[in-house]
Amino acid sequence: MAEIRLENIVKKFNEDTVVKNLNLTIQDGSFTVIVGPSGCGKSTTLRMIAGLEAPTSGDIWIGDECVTHTEPGKRNIAMVFQNYALYPTMTVRKNIEFGLVNKKVPKAEREVLIREISDIVGLTEHLDKKPQQLSGGQRQRVALARAMVKKPKVFILDEPLSNLDAKLRGQMRRELIELHQKLGITFIYVTHDQVEAMSMGDQIILLDKGVMQQVDNPMKMYHDPNNVFTAEFIGTPAMNIVKRTEMDRYLPDLFKKAAFVGFKPEHALLVDEEWAISNYVIMESEILTTETLGAETIYAVRNEAGMMNIKSFTEPITNTKKIHVAVAYDKLYFFDIAEERIRHSYSHNTIPLSQVKKPALVGGN
Amino acid sequence: MSWIKARPYVMIFPAILVFTLFFLYPIGYMIFLSFHDWNFVSPVKEFVGFSNFTSLMEDAKFLQVLRNTFMYSGLTVFLTISISLLLALWLNKKGAMYGMVQGAIFSPHIISLVSISMLWMWIMDTDYGLLNWFLGLFGITNIPWLTDPKTSLLSLIIVAVWKGIGYYTLIFIAGLQSIPRDIYEAAALDDTNRIRTFFKLTLPMLSPTLFFLTIIGLIGSFQVFETISIMTKGGPINSTNTIVYYIYENGFRFFKIGYASTAGVILLLIIGIFTVFYFKLLGRKVHYQ
Repeated sequence: MAEIRLENIVKKFNEDTVVKNLNLTIQDGSFTVIVGPSGCGKSTTLRMIAGLEAPTSGDIWIGDECVTHTEPGKRNIAMVFQNYALYPTMTVRKNIEFGLVNKKVPKAEREVLIREISDIVGLTEHLDKKPQQLSGGQRQRVALARAMVKKPKVFILDEPLSNLDAKLRGQMRRELIELHQKLGITFIYVTHDQVEAMSMGDQIILLDKGVMQQVDNPMKMYHDPNNVFTAEFIGTPAMNIVKRTEMDRYLPDLFKKAAFVGFKPEHALLVDEEWAISNYVIMESEILTTETLGAETIYAVRNEAGMMNIKSFTEPITNTKKIHVAVAYDKLYFFDIAEERIRHSYSHNTIPLSQVKKPALVGGN
Repeated sequence: MSWIKARPYVMIFPAILVFTLFFLYPIGYMIFLSFHDWNFVSPVKEFVGFSNFTSLMEDAKFLQVLRNTFMYSGLTVFLTISISLLLALWLNKKGAMYGMVQGAIFSPHIISLVSISMLWMWIMDTDYGLLNWFLGLFGITNIPWLTDPKTSLLSLIIVAVWKGIGYYTLIFIAGLQSIPRDIYEAAALDDTNRIRTFFKLTLPMLSPTLFFLTIIGLIGSFQVFETISIMTKGGPINSTNTIVYYIYENGFRFFKIGYASTAGVILLLIIGIFTVFYFKLLGRKVHYQ
């Protein structure tokens, strides 16, 4: 069992509190992603789990063992670093072997393990090369092999894909998911990239300024954010959040207790005329910019409530700048003055879009 | 020849001129003189072929000078590097005290060698010296540091090590700081003990620094002159006479210019061998990032 529990963890660097009273449980065998903007304390949290930083106060448990004061090497954890941290003077073989020698694994057994691992990650022909002779992707694999060969209980990855190009990143993402399924051990993965978090994690921990914002599975996180921060962090482009007072002209009275109103760019429809139908917010808008991404198009529009991003999956609109943005009431999110979510009875309620008479969409022939 | 073609040569001419006048010409002239017998003033430089070389090789005093030089250089470099490396490992931390110690041990490097020699002559004085007073506290009395052939070379080595440590430590600290921190973190997660971390990670990563300091140190200590000239004058009984001092003695005190030039040629050869060795090994045995 390698469930990981953080209890009342506080980390201060001098007077700076980087992690503020963190309590969380990482389930055994899960692929947990800790995500958040730079400086949110995610790497520090990870390094405390690994034992590379000591918490200022609080306890860390791995399984039923309190490891707060255990040396990193004794925690049965393997880590993949952002810059791989390979031993530059050693060959790939020696890099993989190093931890095993420390563990006093006999030579014959080491040979077998190295052969197995290098086969899995596809490094067999590079075993006698030094790290600087390898490409970024290959170095990444060495780092993985070095971590895997120790058969750890917990696998920790600190932004491991950030130095790879987009294509390789996609490939490694799939390989890591497969690896997790194959090994069946706990993975803790730190990233600032919400796409990585959404695509890889089965549990996402969202941090901001050292405070946990939400812990959920990816789809729950996407559909049901707890607060403005989560809503804006998950999804690209970010959720459009507008002050409720700016939206007053478009909204019926019953939403008046909310301080902020939001909707996802992909939930808005672009229609060419005023659409007199209940249950929709209709905003007369002007298209400012158009980003055509192929499968989808992202518009920046302006209306009386401010600037908004709209994501559309139809052909780009080229013939007009003036359009109407329509958002179903049940796709609106409401937040109070403290930016916490108000789970309004009106949101996510009854009227499915299919039952509403659809107007002609602009573009999309 | 057009200006475009001539321009590079015109541009490098001043440098070549200086190099020729002050490096190539003196070396050439020294080699020329090594085949001659000359007393510095006589208009005649008598050609003697290789006889300067043969008599130098048969000269027991010169052989001792060579032995002294190798002994002095080897021990000085070995001790300076070992002590500096240990100090660097200790001082490679943040904190006011570490900075102060580092500054303190660096200060001898900026003091002139003449002052250092005078200072140490006083420290190492048999009867009134600080060193013997200090050792006296432990019951060790009256070691004739500079006046006994058994200890005189060692005394000079101590001075050289004392002067060199600060500079070497500084270079080592720079070398240590260029080692990425995450390698050590990876090693910690690999459950590596401190000794193995030092020998398997730190030392290999420091190898360029180590190699650079060894060669620079050897070349430097082969040319030792000031401390010898001031503190011992090569004595007692030739026990601290090294090659540069020997050249000076023969050339400017005995006016055997041909003979001194021959010793100079031999020094040139030794340093040349080190330099070739340095560049040959560079990038092979040594790890560069």
